[in-house]
Amino acid sequence: MSLGVKSKRVLTRLLQAIPTVFGILVVCFILTRALPGDPAAYFAGDMADEASIEQVRENLGLDQPMPMQFVTYVGDLLQGDLGVAISTGQTVTQELAKRLPASLELTLGALLLALTIAVPLGVLAATRPNSWVDHLCRFLVTAGVSLPTFFTGLALLYVFYYLLGWAPPPMGRLDMMFLPPESITGFYTIDSLIAGDWALFKASLAQMALPLITLALFTLAPIARMTRAAMLQTLASDYVRTARAAGLSRRRVLVTYAFRNALLPVITTLGMVFSFVLGANVLVEKVFAWPGIGSFAVEALVVSDYAAVQGFVLSMALLFVALNLLIDVTYTLIDPRVGEDS
Amino acid sequence: MNRRNFLKSATTLSVGASLLPLAQLLPQAAQAASNETAVVVFGGTINSLDIHRSGTNRASYQVAINCYDRLVSFGTKQTADGSLSYDFNNVQPELAESWEISDDGTVMTFKIRKGATFWDGKPVTAHDVKWSLDRAVSLGGFPTVQMKAGRLESPDQFKAIDDETFQITLPFPSKLALPDLATPIPIIINSEVAKANATPDDPWATEYLHRSPAGSGAFKVMRWNAGEQLVYERNDNWACGPLPGYQRVMLREVPAQSTRRALIERGSVSASQNIPNKDAKELAEKAGVKVVSTPIENCIYSLCTNLDFEPFKDKRVRQAVAWSIPYEKIFEQAAYGQGVPMWGGADQVTSIAWPQKSPYEQNLEKARALMAQTAYKDGFEVPLSFNLSVADWAEPTALLIQQGLAEIGIKASIEKIPGANWRTIALVEKKLPLHLENFGGWLNTPDYYFFWAYIKGNLFNSYNYDNPEMAKLIDDTLDMAVSHPDYTPNVTRMIEIAFDDIPRIPLWQPTLNVAFKEGVEGYEYWFHRQMDIRPLKPA
Repeated sequence: MSLGVKSKRVLTRLLQAIPTVFGILVVCFILTRALPGDPAAYFAGDMADEASIEQVRENLGLDQPMPMQFVTYVGDLLQGDLGVAISTGQTVTQELAKRLPASLELTLGALLLALTIAVPLGVLAATRPNSWVDHLCRFLVTAGVSLPTFFTGLALLYVFYYLLGWAPPPMGRLDMMFLPPESITGFYTIDSLIAGDWALFKASLAQMALPLITLALFTLAPIARMTRAAMLQTLASDYVRTARAAGLSRRRVLVTYAFRNALLPVITTLGMVFSFVLGANVLVEKVFAWPGIGSFAVEALVVSDYAAVQGFVLSMALLFVALNLLIDVTYTLIDPRVGEDS
Repeated sequence: MNRRNFLKSATTLSVGASLLPLAQLLPQAAQAASNETAVVVFGGTINSLDIHRSGTNRASYQVAINCYDRLVSFGTKQTADGSLSYDFNNVQPELAESWEISDDGTVMTFKIRKGATFWDGKPVTAHDVKWSLDRAVSLGGFPTVQMKAGRLESPDQFKAIDDETFQITLPFPSKLALPDLATPIPIIINSEVAKANATPDDPWATEYLHRSPAGSGAFKVMRWNAGEQLVYERNDNWACGPLPGYQRVMLREVPAQSTRRALIERGSVSASQNIPNKDAKELAEKAGVKVVSTPIENCIYSLCTNLDFEPFKDKRVRQAVAWSIPYEKIFEQAAYGQGVPMWGGADQVTSIAWPQKSPYEQNLEKARALMAQTAYKDGFEVPLSFNLSVADWAEPTALLIQQGLAEIGIKASIEKIPGANWRTIALVEKKLPLHLENFGGWLNTPDYYFFWAYIKGNLFNSYNYDNPEMAKLIDDTLDMAVSHPDYTPNVTRMIEIAFDDIPRIPLWQPTLNVAFKEGVEGYEYWFHRQMDIRPLKPA
């Protein structure tokens, strides 16, 4: 498949995403307004009277009929204006720019950590069924799925911060003695490396350690289980038997024939796991005072902060469209069958 | 000097630190909770630095308190347990050096403090005061409502006579006018800075002051990372009071209560604002932590019976409900014994202290007897609602009330209402038949409480109570001086009516609990329930 054809396919996929995103916009717009509660009354404050509530309603543009509100919203959106999140007093764009990297840093870090543990563990468990590795894998998987993240988070906090004092105070992304690095990617670890500041890198990593482990424990389970199952399946398949019969080395059989094929379902799972982790983030963010997107969205939802909720949903929609695209592209790289028939 | 070297030397550097540029100052906070820096954690979020802006939440009021001055403030008094509290009956100068009130009580003339300057060095003048108060009454929303409580409604009432003299004219004399000037709302803003940043669409510079305060107060905002932290830096030229004990105060947002508790217990932070009763009780027994619990003035946690609900139209049913509540158990299990009991008082009202104990206690005989006299002797069903955002005390309370009501044949089903909807459903539409309510008045007079809670249509009368005698008493008394001969009889009568009609059944007076690391002194309770960091100091 030529490069031109490939990029054309990517482009087509992107174009296909447009109606999806627009649909999400409409549904989200209607859903937020269908929520019970009156943001004007809420934001006018405790003692406000009718007149001042009306005034706030006007300021928020909520006195307009709904279709008009939607037109204004889409118009603003096209100019890149996502509105102001009243619950935090910042523009939604600012909030997303600051909080999305914070959440992604945790999520991606946790995925990475989980992958480096879960994949080898799954492979080992599959190649040595019923050995101690297999049992360890089962134990971790069961623990990972059955322990709620806020519990793991609190337990880790209790042991490593409260009792042992190894972890730094759980107060967000950086200890109070540091200033955040100049923002390039928004990931403190990467930005501090770019700035060449090792002390800062260490500090941000220390701050991340506990939330990262909490999330990784949760993420590990489906990945390890999927790897193990997929490996067992491919190891029992005809082509692996053929390869073995042909006298190929054990290593070659495992890596080239079995593992590469087993990776496909793992990648698919990864896409789903990513969305789980982003959801699980909310609780972890609360426990570790992490200024991420999850806690922001929940707070916004609770107070019916329309602009913030819409901005959040839109960014998530775009993120997942991008993620699915990425997974599809990865598929074509790993699986020679995908793409050849087109 | 790079950051690393700086950190190494930071411990030896503390005197000269104030000469360093801003970016390098922060690492100083390394010795968090040291003698220079205090770290305060809280569960809310600061969403604006401008208290007048619409949408500014309660937690953000502390910026107005610490960064701005008002014309007047309140003095300090010692409470029964030795902790400090503001003193409602003792109005003290802040930006106003002195003031005079005309003989008829309608003209107040303030002299602005000499030598008081804004952070940029500009002297504070009466014109700044005029602009700031105009802004508070013009922007609408909560600020305007609070100003109105002190009879301050229109810019025409405010006059800058010259640079140092400012005059307020009241439509009629009111005892609430002066104390209302000491609430967080009527802050004095640097009007020149504000005007320079105003636009035709935004004449009151709300966009600018939202992010950049311009005041004369004891602290400046050094950094504000919304959703994370706010760093206060002391204004060493503050003219309106003794220099605060801390050079810098970092306010950190930590949403999870369990995390905040771990932080204060480990001694990582200097103070944890507004902790739940359970933690207050448990932390008080730990070494290294000090808990200050102050009863919240003019505030009662109550059960309200809505008079729009048919059975509650009968006074005897309301009284029966009041006699059925297991007060004692509620106080133990929901309040963890923190607070002041508000039941089991004398039959006669002998004092005008407010809040005071109601004559009710759990007496099922009496309750059943009262119910038997009514048309509802076979009982009825009623939903019992509470606000989910105060579930920590409301949920156990509701469950215990449910048990008490079951004893007299009333079947209550519990309904939890999300915080965002509470206001609309409970306070604006006033349609909850039976609910828990926690109103507290900022201005500490009983008549002010009764004004908000016992006049038909007012916000905290969420139970549609309507009694012409009560309404007239409140109307007569609200602006009346406390020394007026009619004042005590009027308030006594109000309390009598409130207890007899009992649309709002008092449960207990809650406390405001703050936990401190050992060695942090000077904390003072304020009616606004926010942390005033100005009097805090290291031991």
